[in-house]
Amino acid sequence: MSLTKTERAVVESLWSKVSTQADSIGTETLERLFTSYPQTKTYFPHFDLHPGSAQLRAHGAKVVAAVGDAVKHIDNISGALAKLSELHAYILRVDPVNFKLLSHCLLVTLAARFPTDFTAEAHSAVDKFLAIVSSVLTEKYR
Amino acid sequence: MVHFTAEEKAAITGLWSKVNVEQAGGEALGRLLVVYPWTQRFFEGFGNLSSPSAIMGNPKVKAHGKKVLTSLGDAVKNLEDLKGTFAHLSELHCDKLHVDPENFRLLGNVLVIVLAQLFGKELTPQVQAAWQKMMTGVANALVSKYH
Repeated sequence: MSLTKTERAVVESLWSKVSTQADSIGTETLERLFTSYPQTKTYFPHFDLHPGSAQLRAHGAKVVAAVGDAVKHIDNISGALAKLSELHAYILRVDPVNFKLLSHCLLVTLAARFPTDFTAEAHSAVDKFLAIVSSVLTEKYR
Repeated sequence: MVHFTAEEKAAITGLWSKVNVEQAGGEALGRLLVVYPWTQRFFEGFGNLSSPSAIMGNPKVKAHGKKVLTSLGDAVKNLEDLKGTFAHLSELHCDKLHVDPENFRLLGNVLVIVLAQLFGKELTPQVQAAWQKMMTGVANALVSKYH
């Protein structure tokens, strides 16, 4: 599965708007994840997960920045996320099902914040892009 | 059996009262077919599904989307008995339509995204969580008569 030229352009265009609100988008995504899917909190026993917590904000910013890196290197997501891929495979070992949950919450956040830009085409391209990011992050699992 | 708290019910019914069933239904079904093109396998008789704009503008897609979302209105009215409400539709989806239940999950998530687009901030994390719970309940109710 790889992105067409058009899909890449669509993702880059939407992401240029995201980067202006990157940190709060990251935080909102995580809040949605932990509220709709409480089991995902099991990966963060060491965090204060109350809405507005500094740790939540920092981690949300981190996640969105990483996705932003993938957008910047959209022709070579595997290369751009190689270190993160190893981190997830050997240290974090987040069960692969959770990447779908996080991706969904990011899509919900984007749809809520950019209703006009989040056309069916944009939705499709970003969903596919996040699926590729997820598969890169799990490709070293076994 | 799924149980909804008073807050969850309020979150669901509150938002539902503002939903344009025709618009949201067409949008949700259309996006399902665009984002997950393999789901088109169930709609061979729907005519032109050759591009995102063709799909989103297709009158059969809009009509069927409205039908599906109208059905969801029954769920909203019967949150305490989703299984009973969807027993007949469950049999239909298994025996006549032969739909893989995974598709209920996909459509449920697409619908939540459409609600986010329509309602923005109003779809808070808590409201979203109530809707996700209902969509899971509906999906499970639709699988309940599968054999």
